[in-house]
Amino acid sequence: MNHQPLIRVKNLSVNFTTADETVEAVKHVSFDIQAGQSIALVGESGSGKSVSALSILNLHEASHVNYPSGEVVYQQQNLLLKSEAEMRRIRGRDIAMIFQEPMSSLNPVYPIEKQMLESIMLHQRVDRSAALKLALDMLDRVGIPDPARQIKSFPHMLSGGQRQRVMIAMALSCKPKLLIADEPTTALDVTIQKQILELLRKLQAEFNMSVLLISHDLNLVKHYADYVCVMNRGELVEQGDIQRVFEHAQHPYTRHLLASQPTQLVSASNEARQTLLKGSNICVYFAVTKGFFKRKVDEIRAVDQVDIELRQGETLGIVGESGSGKTTLGMSLLRLQSSTGEISFNGQRLDALRESALRPLRKEFQVVFQDPFSSLSPRMTVEQIIGEGLQIHYPRLDAAQRLQRIKKVLAEVDMDESALWRYPHEFSGGQRQRIAIARVVILEPALILLDEPTSALDVSVQKQVLELLVRLQQRHQLSYLFISHDLNVIRSISHHIMVMKQGRVVEQGDTRTLFTQPQQAYTRELLSAAMLNHQQHD
Amino acid sequence: MITPESTTPAVIDPAETVTAPTHMSPGQRAWHRFRANKRGYYSLWIFSFVFVLSLFAEVISNDKPLLVHYQDEYYFPVFKFYKETDFGGDFETEADYQDEYVREILTSNGNWMIEPLNPFSYTTISYHSELANPAPPSEYNVLGTDDRGRDVMARLIYGFRLSILFAISLTIVGTAIGILAGMLQGYFGGRTDLFFQRFIEIWGSMPELYLLIIFASIFQPSIWLLIVLLSLFGWMGLSDYVRAEFLKGRNLDYVKSARALGLSNSGIMFRHLLPNSLTPVITFLPFRISGAILALTSLDYLGLGVPPDTPSLGELLSQGKENISAWWLSLSTFGVLVGALMMLIFIGEALREALDTRKS
Repeated sequence: MNHQPLIRVKNLSVNFTTADETVEAVKHVSFDIQAGQSIALVGESGSGKSVSALSILNLHEASHVNYPSGEVVYQQQNLLLKSEAEMRRIRGRDIAMIFQEPMSSLNPVYPIEKQMLESIMLHQRVDRSAALKLALDMLDRVGIPDPARQIKSFPHMLSGGQRQRVMIAMALSCKPKLLIADEPTTALDVTIQKQILELLRKLQAEFNMSVLLISHDLNLVKHYADYVCVMNRGELVEQGDIQRVFEHAQHPYTRHLLASQPTQLVSASNEARQTLLKGSNICVYFAVTKGFFKRKVDEIRAVDQVDIELRQGETLGIVGESGSGKTTLGMSLLRLQSSTGEISFNGQRLDALRESALRPLRKEFQVVFQDPFSSLSPRMTVEQIIGEGLQIHYPRLDAAQRLQRIKKVLAEVDMDESALWRYPHEFSGGQRQRIAIARVVILEPALILLDEPTSALDVSVQKQVLELLVRLQQRHQLSYLFISHDLNVIRSISHHIMVMKQGRVVEQGDTRTLFTQPQQAYTRELLSAAMLNHQQHD
Repeated sequence: MITPESTTPAVIDPAETVTAPTHMSPGQRAWHRFRANKRGYYSLWIFSFVFVLSLFAEVISNDKPLLVHYQDEYYFPVFKFYKETDFGGDFETEADYQDEYVREILTSNGNWMIEPLNPFSYTTISYHSELANPAPPSEYNVLGTDDRGRDVMARLIYGFRLSILFAISLTIVGTAIGILAGMLQGYFGGRTDLFFQRFIEIWGSMPELYLLIIFASIFQPSIWLLIVLLSLFGWMGLSDYVRAEFLKGRNLDYVKSARALGLSNSGIMFRHLLPNSLTPVITFLPFRISGAILALTSLDYLGLGVPPDTPSLGELLSQGKENISAWWLSLSTFGVLVGALMMLIFIGEALREALDTRKS
């Protein structure tokens, strides 16, 4: 047995230099990749995991990067010292890479065929017909149905999962020795994610290839990789076999990461509580029109005959994959999206009200969005952002009283008063989400719609935000409609859960029952794909 | 990208606080950023100084004295009308203070007068030169005279003032109409947008220059007519940019949040979308001002602009073309134009940086 590793990364440091500063993105990182091994780099955003992986292929912008120390040894040669022309021969043929976003990594103006054949003919030096045969074979292996027809498709004609399969087919068509997969399933739904990972594992065995998986998702890494390297702020803090690291973590940061997995934060539902929001037979249909006169030829049922009920002081989790209509449903309940069906809030019918009559009531039901970067106006200070709702709904407050309330709510979301004068771009994702929460909590609403509020955040920050939400709920008797695709998060915060698929409710019930005794096949599929931490079930 | 948050909930990261001094209001911080651009900052001072000075052109460059002391009484000819007979002359008409006879009276027998720095108004004909007009620079006419014997310095000062005032009002009107039209189209979209776009296509295909020529022959040409005509056509380009910014912005989450807060349409448009859509407006602002100056200059050059006696840079340039050897006409006008346009562009650049809140 050959004990020489396939790739040896030794004492690697990476600096990025711009006009004014030097950023040490990676500091003294060493790890080995054995042939046939799947190794994972985990860490939160900004930890340097992608930077380390890109260094193996020397894919950084040459004018900005320098390597103060270290080497990447492949076949007794240091890849960092290779010229661009030499690297080009290694990229794709020996080491291939797939990226997170399958839409933007395929060129939208060319059919799949042209893009696949190009790289095969370049690296394998075969003629067109042989390359085509190989490409069709690869597409078949990655599970694209009817490859001879699909190879003529343009990227936009394929679904997200299919595009990622095509990317894998392209990457593997030259039989590389190492595949670098940078968050390969982050943009995909859980069920698709599971299929892609299984495909990768199958192909890895077939080709006897190594896989370097970059991910922020500990669950995924635990189920997929053999060996794991944990990175934090550019440093590799711990590495080892997957079981050893997950069960006996040595470094405090690894333990902190593992402890950041969401845990059950709320108690069981209380039947005695009053109903706050009730919707019955909610439908949102979008007409598909054709021709000059906008003839209606079909309709898309984004939300189809949904009944929903939310009690005061409780959380209803709405879970589903993308396109399941969960956000549209949430928006309809808040009358931010036109719909049919009855909506009653605190006994009052909302669906019959005109927008102008609704406006004074809006204070009672608020919304927090997924992306804390686009949900705060970049040209308003934090004080203006948080104070805006007060000006509308509490016009009698004077400036001093307003400022006092803003300061109070900032303290409540654990933010410093010095934030008042700053603009949103000066804060990190978690801080911005706190500002977004402060903006709605200051109005003292009864209901908050949380649309994937933690999906853009790192795990440790995610947990802090979830804890904050639960604390606020208990203190102010808030009701939450919590929309998420992440079953782990949903489980930790919801009293009740509603599973949606293609606009319809598949199953609903209280959290414990739904997780332990799912009734529907689709729910079971979702649960198994989510690779939940099993210890928590017991 | 999301920067990693510190694990403790003491939320402000110390690394972030260093960049900007806290305790400053948004306005102060914008001014801070403006001052950081040295070129723009000094341009602003020089330009403001020159412009404010030119606003007092009547006091700086005039053929009437600022103050006359005649027989122990004070007169202010710049601000008031005095007959020649008031100073012991022969005519009932306004005293001609450049006339040798009047000057004689006002400077002898204990009488005196204080004259402006440049003792010519833009219409005054200078008789000092013994050479034919246009006469080269001399001790009386610092920048020479034009082909009708009027002082070039005086015409430049008044012409500069007129150009800047014209450009600023044209820019304000055009920008306001453009922003408003763009806001309405972008925010309401759909049918409003469709009809507005078709209207712009039709309106924009009208031949602007021909209209100017036709109107110049129907109406008495005046600066107001020019402002109205140019404003009618000048808003379209800008409205397209604002419309695009609004179309992009209205689907962003912060607009949805504002709607969920219960904000009215006009509130969302003016408080949320407008500040975020100003980048193209600010970027084009200096170019619009300089474009307006150039438009006035070239219309005057072609003889389609302001009435003949009005002091104008374009008219001076056209004289410069007629009298190629009279370098003082074209060179001085050219200098004023280049200086003004350059400073405006520098100021605009600094303004754009100042209003970008993302820069620290």
